Amino acid sequence: MVAYILRSVAQAILVLLAVGLIAFSMFRFVGDPVANMVGQEASQADRRELAERLGLNDPILIQFGRFVGDVARGDFGVSYRHGRKVSDLLMERLPATVELAVLSALLATVVGIILGVYTAIRRDGLLSHLIMTTSLVGVSLPTFLIGIGLIYLFAVELRWLPSFGRGQTVKIGWWTTGLLTESGRKSLIMPVVTLAFYQLTLIMRLVRAQMLETLRTDYIRFARARGLPERRIHFKHALRNTLIPVVTIAGLQLGSVIAFAIVTESVFQWPGLGALFVQAVQFVDIPVMAAYLLFVAVVFVVVNLVVDLLYFVLDPRLRTGRALAVR
Amino acid sequence: MSTRVKLFIATLLASVFLTGAVEARTVKWARSGDSLTLDPHAQNEGPTHALAHHIYEPLIIRDSQGKALPALAESWELTSDPTVWEFKLRRGVKFHDGKPFTVDDVIFSYERAMQPTSDMKSLLSSIDQLIRVDDYTLQIKTKGPNPLLPANLTDLFIMSKAWAEENKATKVQDFKNKEENYAVRHANGTGPFVLVSREPDVKTVMKRNENYWGKGQVPLEISELIYLPIKSDATRIAALLSGEVDFVQDVPVQDIQRLQADENLRVAVGPENRAIFLGLNVGDPELKSSNIKGKNPFADKRVRHAINMAVNRQAIQKVVMRGQSIPTGIIAPPGVNGYTKELDVIPPNDIEQAKTLMAEAGYPDGFSVTLHCPNDRYVNDEAICQAVVGQLAQIGIHVNLVSQSKSLHFPALQKNEVDFYLLGWGVPTFDSHYIFTFLYHTKTDKEGGWNGTRYSNPKIDEMTAGLTKETDLTKRNQMISEMWKILQDETIYIPIHIQTLAYAMKPDLDIPVDISNQPKLKFVRIKNQQQ
Repeated sequence: MVAYILRSVAQAILVLLAVGLIAFSMFRFVGDPVANMVGQEASQADRRELAERLGLNDPILIQFGRFVGDVARGDFGVSYRHGRKVSDLLMERLPATVELAVLSALLATVVGIILGVYTAIRRDGLLSHLIMTTSLVGVSLPTFLIGIGLIYLFAVELRWLPSFGRGQTVKIGWWTTGLLTESGRKSLIMPVVTLAFYQLTLIMRLVRAQMLETLRTDYIRFARARGLPERRIHFKHALRNTLIPVVTIAGLQLGSVIAFAIVTESVFQWPGLGALFVQAVQFVDIPVMAAYLLFVAVVFVVVNLVVDLLYFVLDPRLRTGRALAVR
Repeated sequence: MSTRVKLFIATLLASVFLTGAVEARTVKWARSGDSLTLDPHAQNEGPTHALAHHIYEPLIIRDSQGKALPALAESWELTSDPTVWEFKLRRGVKFHDGKPFTVDDVIFSYERAMQPTSDMKSLLSSIDQLIRVDDYTLQIKTKGPNPLLPANLTDLFIMSKAWAEENKATKVQDFKNKEENYAVRHANGTGPFVLVSREPDVKTVMKRNENYWGKGQVPLEISELIYLPIKSDATRIAALLSGEVDFVQDVPVQDIQRLQADENLRVAVGPENRAIFLGLNVGDPELKSSNIKGKNPFADKRVRHAINMAVNRQAIQKVVMRGQSIPTGIIAPPGVNGYTKELDVIPPNDIEQAKTLMAEAGYPDGFSVTLHCPNDRYVNDEAICQAVVGQLAQIGIHVNLVSQSKSLHFPALQKNEVDFYLLGWGVPTFDSHYIFTFLYHTKTDKEGGWNGTRYSNPKIDEMTAGLTKETDLTKRNQMISEMWKILQDETIYIPIHIQTLAYAMKPDLDIPVDISNQPKLKFVRIKNQQQ
């Protein structure tokens, strides 16, 4: 197991270097940061001088090498847009995104599994049909439309929930949370629902399909024949065997929820990493873009690793097989 | 209790409550982007200055119509030496930390703004020497006569020298240097509002400066000001409709009518000091993006005049801008010194005559060319270009449209890489010289930085230089008018319109559109709805 983790980490570093290099070769297609960093009165000479000072005239490989060297020393540079350390900016924005993403993933997984099991067991129930139809909406509507729809209904018409921002937050060490205040909790509802909607419907449909298949297998039939209670058959035997693909998908989705909360964060002016990235792209804030892309790559690598390890927990066959191979 | 007594008490309570409400009125001000930094000399950018104007002050400010008003300077005049301006500073002004304001703070701030890492330095490049006459008198000696100097000082904010020294903020942020400057997130000005807290991209809270020097001269009725950047248009408008914000500065064109129909809102519309126009590559021997080789169709004045006729400004105003623009025939906005109604002539949209001109120039079948357009800078910029593509097709010019982010568009234009482009130009000094020097002057290291047309006319260059030296205003204005006559005939730019701005707000606020898009909220009065 330890060897397996070490091998994964080594692979991860290669992945990160590749991501970094691709990112750096793309930046010049995003634009020239100097155009955004100086006012319109700046002369051509001033612009050239700033580009030179920032090292933007160097070849991509040299810029990339410098970036890797700095990162290895824990230095992500200073944001062109904010004039602040990128590491500080990311740390400041991280809690907002993590809170949003974890709550959404939780909502999507719990509700998705419950609804998936329900619609599988009550295949022909009226409620099941209703749920399935609604889920089509979730799969097909773009996130920003769902967000704007919610804002219109709950903020403008009913005035129950705030339309933007995080509300009042509380600082715990360097972490900030909105969970401890009423306005913070209220502000979370719409972004969490918006972000969770797609994942929820995806997980629900997956669980349902897997359940339907499992319920047709022989061992379920035998379990029924043995007279086990239905509840035990569904949740102990059937559900557990549907979980491997569900964990894979849900895990990868958690990665993408953290990484691509961009749209939801932009719609709700959520002060997280996604919104920071969108603005960095518009400004061509190279240090922030580079650090963010690395962060996303790290998230995906870690999530994949955790998913792999979860297989061992869920499937006893893998455990013994792997243990034998290691010995 | 009789009904009458109840009514009386209710009225009493209401009046107490209402006056209380006026006394302590918080205004939540939303716009699409945040200020980039609180450091007043690090970024020369509209939204950054708009926020800074509430905390810091320059010597001279402009009102919503662009008129210069005394701020930290009480008066200013050119001395008998035409290279020396004298400023009498306001007495009894205190910075937010209680320290008195003197001439030393002005000299310190201007020197700070002239540092190589400052983005404000080009506005002060004509300064030779800052002379301290006494505690409240400053003389500025310029390298040559500079009749326009005061116009360059309206966004140059004064910091406290002592505060900057205490907090090691005497230098402007250098992006190469990996340290954050204290002044980026902290501020100590003389302005009408005091910074309480700032979270970049989230909110900036300011409270009224109770010791403000202008108390009694300006309304200063807003007790707390909360600045909220909300990027998404739909969310920003939703926040106004739901009552979460009081004042929205960047109202999208398509929402103006709907908001105007809402009785619970007030919408102010007005022109911005900014013209939108097309630029033509007139100087290269051939156009890289054209099918015509060996010669440059734009070099022929008849082609330029034909394009000027074929662009239908009324249609763009009606269809693309939904009425929210002022079609124009000159790239100087009204209000800029040198603009006249006689110069602002929109040619008739005469396709037949335009075609004749094209044929005379030797292009009866037209030609192809690529139009470069920003898609994230001006109101409906990409849609304007799309309309132009259709209109030029009528006279046989086949336009291939490339629209891209301003971060790609502007550098390409500055490096002379495009043949045909859209640009908007604001005139913060309100003088034509600013247009001549950036847009018509031959491109050199110092001048013509935004002239992507390759136009080079020694006579215009010479006259532009002459404008900076001529202190006799009548003669100077004659020169400006002469230059415009030449340039209007040259038609290297095709003017389209003056962009208009819209602000939406709660009905108890009355904030007029600021011509520089930098509303100064100390001038705002709160209206009591009940009266």
